[in-house]
Amino acid sequence: MTRFRPRAIWLLLPAAVAALWIAQQFSWATRFPKAWELPVAKTVSKSAAVVTDNLSWLTRLFATAIEVPMTLVVALLSEGGALTLGGFALDLPPLSWSGLALAVVWLGWRTGGPGLALLQALGCAYLLFFGQWSAAMLTLASVVIAVPFALGAGVVLGIVAWRMPRLDRWLVTPVLDLMQTVPAFAYLVPTLVLFGFGPVSALIATVIFALPPMARVTTLALSRLPGAITDLAAMMGCTRGQALWRVLLPAAMPMLLVGLNQTVMMTLNMVIIASMIGAGGLGFDVLLALRQLDIGRGLEAGAAIVVLAIMLDRQGRVLASGWSRGQAVSRRRGLGLVLVLGALLGTTLLGQIHAPLRAFPESWQVTTGSTMDSLVAWLNVNFFDTIEAVRVFLLMNLMNPIRIALASAPWLGVMTIVAMLGWVLGGWRLAVLGLGVGGFCLVTGLWDETMTTIYLCLTAAILSVSLGVPLGIAGHRWPRFGKLLTLAVELLQTMPSFVYLIPVVMLLRVGDVSAMIAIVAFAVTPVIRYTMAAFEAVPPALTEAGTVMGCTSGQMLRHVQLPVALPTILLGINQCFLFSLAMVVITALVGTRDLGQKVYIALTKADVGSGLVAGLCLGLVGILVDRLFRAAAARIAPQEPSSHA
Amino acid sequence: MSKTTAPVQRRTKLSCSEIWKLYGPNADRPAASRDEVESRAANGRCFAALSDVSLDIGEGEIFVVMGLSGSGKSTLLRCLAQLVEPTFGNVELDGRSLTRMGQAELREVRRHDMGMVFQHFGLLPHLTVAGNVALPLKIRGEKAESRDHAVATALELTGLAAMADRLPAQLSGGQQQRVGLARALAVGPGLLFLDEPFSALDPLIRRELQDELIRLQAGLHKTMVFVTHDFSEAVRVGDRVAIMKDGRLRQVGTPEDIVRQPADDYVRNFVAGVDLTRVIRCATAARPASRSDYAHAVSGQGRLSDAAETLMAAGGGPIAVQGEDGSLIGEIDLHAVLAAVSGKSLAGEPA
Repeated sequence: MTRFRPRAIWLLLPAAVAALWIAQQFSWATRFPKAWELPVAKTVSKSAAVVTDNLSWLTRLFATAIEVPMTLVVALLSEGGALTLGGFALDLPPLSWSGLALAVVWLGWRTGGPGLALLQALGCAYLLFFGQWSAAMLTLASVVIAVPFALGAGVVLGIVAWRMPRLDRWLVTPVLDLMQTVPAFAYLVPTLVLFGFGPVSALIATVIFALPPMARVTTLALSRLPGAITDLAAMMGCTRGQALWRVLLPAAMPMLLVGLNQTVMMTLNMVIIASMIGAGGLGFDVLLALRQLDIGRGLEAGAAIVVLAIMLDRQGRVLASGWSRGQAVSRRRGLGLVLVLGALLGTTLLGQIHAPLRAFPESWQVTTGSTMDSLVAWLNVNFFDTIEAVRVFLLMNLMNPIRIALASAPWLGVMTIVAMLGWVLGGWRLAVLGLGVGGFCLVTGLWDETMTTIYLCLTAAILSVSLGVPLGIAGHRWPRFGKLLTLAVELLQTMPSFVYLIPVVMLLRVGDVSAMIAIVAFAVTPVIRYTMAAFEAVPPALTEAGTVMGCTSGQMLRHVQLPVALPTILLGINQCFLFSLAMVVITALVGTRDLGQKVYIALTKADVGSGLVAGLCLGLVGILVDRLFRAAAARIAPQEPSSHA
Repeated sequence: MSKTTAPVQRRTKLSCSEIWKLYGPNADRPAASRDEVESRAANGRCFAALSDVSLDIGEGEIFVVMGLSGSGKSTLLRCLAQLVEPTFGNVELDGRSLTRMGQAELREVRRHDMGMVFQHFGLLPHLTVAGNVALPLKIRGEKAESRDHAVATALELTGLAAMADRLPAQLSGGQQQRVGLARALAVGPGLLFLDEPFSALDPLIRRELQDELIRLQAGLHKTMVFVTHDFSEAVRVGDRVAIMKDGRLRQVGTPEDIVRQPADDYVRNFVAGVDLTRVIRCATAARPASRSDYAHAVSGQGRLSDAAETLMAAGGGPIAVQGEDGSLIGEIDLHAVLAAVSGKSLAGEPA
């Protein structure tokens, strides 16, 4: 359709040269003049203050409404406590650890067989013996509360978007895009201001964060239903409600359940992050340990997060795939359920008399904290030179050059290049988007921070690609290695982004290199996954044709596999960049000086305006990068003959 | 196989007159007059998936719409079923206009008098066989007892009684389509739409289900609109066949009419590919009886291929061709069969 515009490239070069020339002549073109900036952040803060002042009754009402179920679940799972409802006070004991663990293992057994049961048992054992149970249950309580809200809102929004394609196209999709690219941190600021420090605002931020994927999946699942299903609904004489609830949603359920699993994982991720505004639980422990540089405790709590994530993820997946095979709902499970609930209740009641049933005895608990401390100390003593050499090498040869180039680049030149790139790849709309995004960063006075962010992401992307693509290719070529790789990638993806920071900081101290390694560890996963998938998807007929032509494996790679796989790999790199952006914010905790830091500072000061504006900057940059990559991928893709008719 | 040579005078069940369906800019807007739709179709910006299609489909007949992909056959079916609103024209079921019917009324008609079978089955994966068949009954709010009864009957009819508790994923393609058929029959509709029902199946299973459909129809006498791209399937199951190309009807007639007198070269191309002995009936090929007593006899309703064995036993004939009541219609011999199949001369009438 849209042919490549070679002439545009010839425009690109002189335009960039001209911009650079102007930048050298006039200082205003190098550094954006302060006088041209607009007080966006201040205005936002002021209007937020007005909203807060006038709507405090609403937010308070809202907070109270959420607090009741929240207290209930938290009391039951974690701490016990009193639930007060208009005068009545109900004293709730926490559910016994033994009963809960039994229930978890039983569920694993019934749905996933002995393998899953073993996994869940080991998980519970870790949490119990390492003294993480109570914190983990607090985290779980937040997840349990947040998921239904995110789920309900997501499904409803998804249905609305599906019913009204025009609304979807012009409002819902762009807003969801923004919600997904604006980093989680940025949500915390306004919720903090509206609802105050505490579990309720953490919950609200979590719900907002976890909602977009569910809405997306719902819209997608509904619109991807085979035509026969929608026709069937019409031909059976369904009303709109019947069609939706009896036919379409059930038929879309396998995909919706995948979305549900994703929602659970995102919720967990966000609950960890939200510990900054008082969510408590494992995230808070990690945060505390990070601040105190308490290596052992940080690692243990971090590992507990990973354990919890894996347990939730595996159980969720089994439930999702089991449902679509129609096996999750069986009629003969009644007895087991009754027994387990009985055990749960029994142990809880007995726990009132017999303390060890109520709380896991402390004398049984172990900690590896001191061992970990000494291990890290030992590593630092013995490998300091090696680690330092790697650190300095990265800094001197890769990071600093990019940082300096970006930091010293005149804004006019950067804007010109972005606009031209947008125009070449995707036409004038993309060029305008590029200018808009750049302009926003300029007038809000966040240009330098944006450049630092891009420097971090760019470096991380370069590292991730040079690491991930070869790994992915190797994983495709040697299937056994590929399996291991898939397992590792899945594990890495299950881990909440927060956790990545712990080991890096332990070994490399705070700074850009630590941030970089954490970002790469997080962002390399999509590159590996997409590369493997892209190579899998190369039609066998093509590789066979290559073999018959007598290609060596190198020639096959260069002439057959890479060209066909490239569009998909490009999408993987796109994901990598977006992952990096999301992680950059979190690395603000280890002292980077980017947009994330701005958000983080705004969070500590409860400054809505700068928090939101910096968050928006990040989100907009994310969207721009996303659109540029997609346009590039689309430009490459149609050159191959379409084999999928 | 209870088919007659001469078209039986049937009451019209479903009819459409001057149906047009345009796709393209502004195509959703219905046309007010025939002139308008013609000029819109002619101006080149719209694509006419259906142009001026009129049909009368009789009660209890299997009416096959045959065409290649892009011929408009599926669009015709969807217009008849009101899944797609025609740009112009009228569709009537039992004398009531479906096109002018309100949503609620149409819903009632669909709940009670229509069933549809889909190419890719359209079964809900989470429901058992019985659950899938029960779904349309649940949708119309049928009580549990009468629902269970209707489900059992439909499953019995389609030979699925033993599989009621299986899930669709545990069934073969042929079995899945039996479920689709059972579901369409469960509400006891007078009218069935079958949209390439057997196209996704293996050839052997396809034949098996075609036979099954013919067998079912012998007892049920439903009105069926059957869409296919397979000409041999069309002449096998159809009481009447409509051949479509480029959104227009090229020929409508009984399978024998079509194979004996193709309307044009396009239709003739299809006819060239079928085994005529399986289409032409003995009564059609018969010539006047030359005597009153024969050693062997075949039914006039049977196809020539059915008479082959008897003809061989009689040393090539002639053998008697009898009507349903056993009366003598005429005689056939090898020569008559060859003549009928080659189309050179048929029982005295020149081709």
